[in-house]
Amino acid sequence: MEKGRKLRILVAKPGLDGHDRGARVIARAFRDAGFEVIYTGCHQTPEQIVSTAIQEDVDVIGLSILSGAHTYSFPKVMELLKEQNAEDITVIGGGIFPLEDIPKLKEIGIKEIFEPGAKLQDITDWVNTNIQPRVAAAAL
Amino acid sequence: MEIVERIIAGDVRSTARLLRDIDDEITSAREVLRELYAHTGKAYIIGFTGSPGVGKSTLVDQLAVRYRKEGKTVGILAVDPTSPFSGGAILGDRIRMQRHFLDPGVFIRSLATRGHFGGITRSTNDMVTVLDAMGKDIIIIETVGVGQDEVEIANSAHSTILVTVPGMGDDIQAIKAGIMEIGNIFVVNKAEREGSRKTILELRNLIEIGSRRRETNGWEPLIVETEAVKSRGIDKLYDAIEKHRAYLLSAGEDKWRAVVENRVRIQLLEAIKDQAFRTIVKRLDKGDMPLKEMVRRIVDKEADPYSLVREIIERELG
Repeated sequence: MEKGRKLRILVAKPGLDGHDRGARVIARAFRDAGFEVIYTGCHQTPEQIVSTAIQEDVDVIGLSILSGAHTYSFPKVMELLKEQNAEDITVIGGGIFPLEDIPKLKEIGIKEIFEPGAKLQDITDWVNTNIQPRVAAAAL
Repeated sequence: MEIVERIIAGDVRSTARLLRDIDDEITSAREVLRELYAHTGKAYIIGFTGSPGVGKSTLVDQLAVRYRKEGKTVGILAVDPTSPFSGGAILGDRIRMQRHFLDPGVFIRSLATRGHFGGITRSTNDMVTVLDAMGKDIIIIETVGVGQDEVEIANSAHSTILVTVPGMGDDIQAIKAGIMEIGNIFVVNKAEREGSRKTILELRNLIEIGSRRRETNGWEPLIVETEAVKSRGIDKLYDAIEKHRAYLLSAGEDKWRAVVENRVRIQLLEAIKDQAFRTIVKRLDKGDMPLKEMVRRIVDKEADPYSLVREIIERELG
């Protein structure tokens, strides 16, 4: 390995809510932390999110959601990743979640949930600490 | 290698992961590229370039729709800039291409310039090799938003399309050297806007003046008006590209061969430059005078850069 890996993150907003200020702010924070951020805008279906994540070969999918539809979209994303043998892609979530939902989301494999008030620095630090660099494709 | 088979069979995950390795300059990616190379040469490569905001992504999206209608598979490489401060990037070209996300006949990859200045990335040509080997019929490269001088795309693509919009500066801009010279096709997008007649006229004049080059080159650049967000003019753009392709293929064996040879020659030179540079720089820091020490000496006027470079070249390349 000559230079080391650059982390790639997909920031996606699943579902019908059109409030992407939070997603844009976190995309910017990831950019400033030195990551390559793929930003696809609002109204993404879980199918579109997973297809993009695979084509772009991201390390992390960050799902931003404020509508309450996480109980549908988050499990669907996890299911599709599994179907496509892409479970190695880490999924994290940010937005508004009822407290009792958070353990359920973690149970299905969402690695971390960031609620309102989470510091940008803490989120980028989390990514830097928890994401391991990819092995070479030739070794697969 | 198993990965070679998987990519030739069109496997998306393997392809995507190899592209990542190429971008990250992982050594083993070169081995895979070596084996893939024999399976290339079938794709037609189209380059889109132009200033930021002229509508490149939207045009690429529309053109992909058009080629899909013809039953062609499409690979798209879309470049956005890397931050010179953090090394990070926001890659947003996909926003305009959402309708293709679930189409297995379209593969889209967003790339960051990572400090490369030619309008594409250091990795772009190798990535074209992979998409070609994976069986994509059409490969579209969208450059980063460019200014006046980023002309590398013309050596990467078979057809280069320069996109502009009405009202981009006076008629002197059109006769300047650089990017205005590389278009095989000019697109005036957002053609419903005021000033579009004038822009087209200026482009016509530009092509007219270039007629001496045309005599040796044989192709007269076409001008196409589009309104990409409303899908207007896309059929004309498609026809123009196919016309250029037909021209390259029919103007005799020599013409096509010259285009292919030019592409190969430039990529070969780039690869030599790149690897020689890396090798020499890597050895420098292991030698008795590391880069840092050289810089110090030059700044303190104990040495000059010209002599140091000569010494290095003589020592390393004899």
